[in-house]
Amino acid sequence: MNNETTPGQQPGSLKSAALPAGAVAPDFSLRSTPDQAVKLSDFRGQPVVLAFYPADWSPVCGDQMGLYNEILPEFQKLGAELLGISVDGAWCHTAFSRDRKLHFPLLADFEPKGAVARLYGVYRETDGTTERALFVISELGVIHWSYVSPVGVNPGADGILSALEELNKDPNEI
Amino acid sequence: MKYDPTNAVSKSKLLLPRAKHDHIQGSVDAPIALVEYGDYECPYCGQAYPIVKAIQEQLGDRLCFAFRNFPLANSHPHAEHAAEAAEAAGAQGKFWEMHDVLYENQVALDDESLAQYAEVLGLDARRLIGEVLRGAHMARVREDFQSGARGGVNGTPSFFINGVRHDGAPSFDALLAVLVQPNAR
Repeated sequence: MNNETTPGQQPGSLKSAALPAGAVAPDFSLRSTPDQAVKLSDFRGQPVVLAFYPADWSPVCGDQMGLYNEILPEFQKLGAELLGISVDGAWCHTAFSRDRKLHFPLLADFEPKGAVARLYGVYRETDGTTERALFVISELGVIHWSYVSPVGVNPGADGILSALEELNKDPNEI
Repeated sequence: MKYDPTNAVSKSKLLLPRAKHDHIQGSVDAPIALVEYGDYECPYCGQAYPIVKAIQEQLGDRLCFAFRNFPLANSHPHAEHAAEAAEAAGAQGKFWEMHDVLYENQVALDDESLAQYAEVLGLDARRLIGEVLRGAHMARVREDFQSGARGGVNGTPSFFINGVRHDGAPSFDALLAVLVQPNAR
C-alpha cells in the first residue's frame, strides 16, 4: 500500500475530512431505484466498497463506474459488495445504469442532498457534488481504508483491491 | 495503513514491459518504457493509435512499447473477441499486424470481420477464429486485464510511462513531454 493514500492528505483535496481507517462506517439507507432502498448495515458480514463519484453521465469510455463494472468480478472474488453513490436522483441513476449496463447498485444521495456524503466527510459544498472518494468497509462495519482522489482523476481500482486483499488475509484486523 | 515499499516496487515493475509476457516493440532494455492498456473497440484508443505510432517514430530505439489488453466488454460488445483475435494472431506470429488492422477498422470487429482480417494477413483464418470461439486466449486476455486492474488502470487507453500512470491528455505533445523527461529507470 502506498503511503500517499493517507485519507485527507492528497494534493488537490486538502480540505477533505474523509473518515479515516478505523472509524465506524456511519449507517445509512438510500434509494437505489425509485422504489427500492439499500441499507449499509444489510451487508454486515461482508466487505463493502463505497465509491462516491461526482455525477452520472461522465462522457468518457471506461469512466469510474464503467471501469468498476468491468472489475466487479475481481471485487466479488474477494467477497465484496460494491455500491456507487452520487447526489443524482434514483431516476437518473436508473437511466445511467441501464445505459452503461452496470451490474451493481447506484445509490441516490439526493434528499437531503449529500447527507451521506457529509457523514463520510466527502461533500463538496462549492460544487454541490461529492468528492471522488473510496471507502473499503470491513465485515464488522469499520472503515479499513479510505481515499479521496483529485476530483478530475479517476482513481482506478488498485487501492480497493489491495484493501480487500488485506481484509481477506486478516478478518479480525480493522 | 502501513507503507509497504516492496509492494510499491513490485507494482511499478509490473507496469514495465516484460520480455516473456508482453507483446513488445523495441528492446526491453531501451531507456524509455511505454505500456498501453487498450481496448480495440474504444474510440479513445483508436484516437491514440496513430499517436503511439508517431511517438515510436520520434523516439526510435530509445523506446520500448508494450500493448496489453483491457477490453471493456460491457461497453464494447466486440472488444473481448477482438483482443482474443489479436492474441490468436500472435500465436501465428502476427500480433502487431492484427493489432494495427483492428485499430484501423474499429467499426467492423464482428467475428466474420476478424476472420477476414486473418485471411488478409495470410494467417490460418479457420484456426484463428476457432481459437477465438472456444476462448483459447481468454486466460491471456484476462491476465492482462487483471494486471491492469491491480496496476491502476483507470479507463482506456491507460498509458504507463516508466511504470507510472500518465494522467495527462493522451496527446502526442503531452505524452512525449513526459517520455523524454530525464528519469531514473
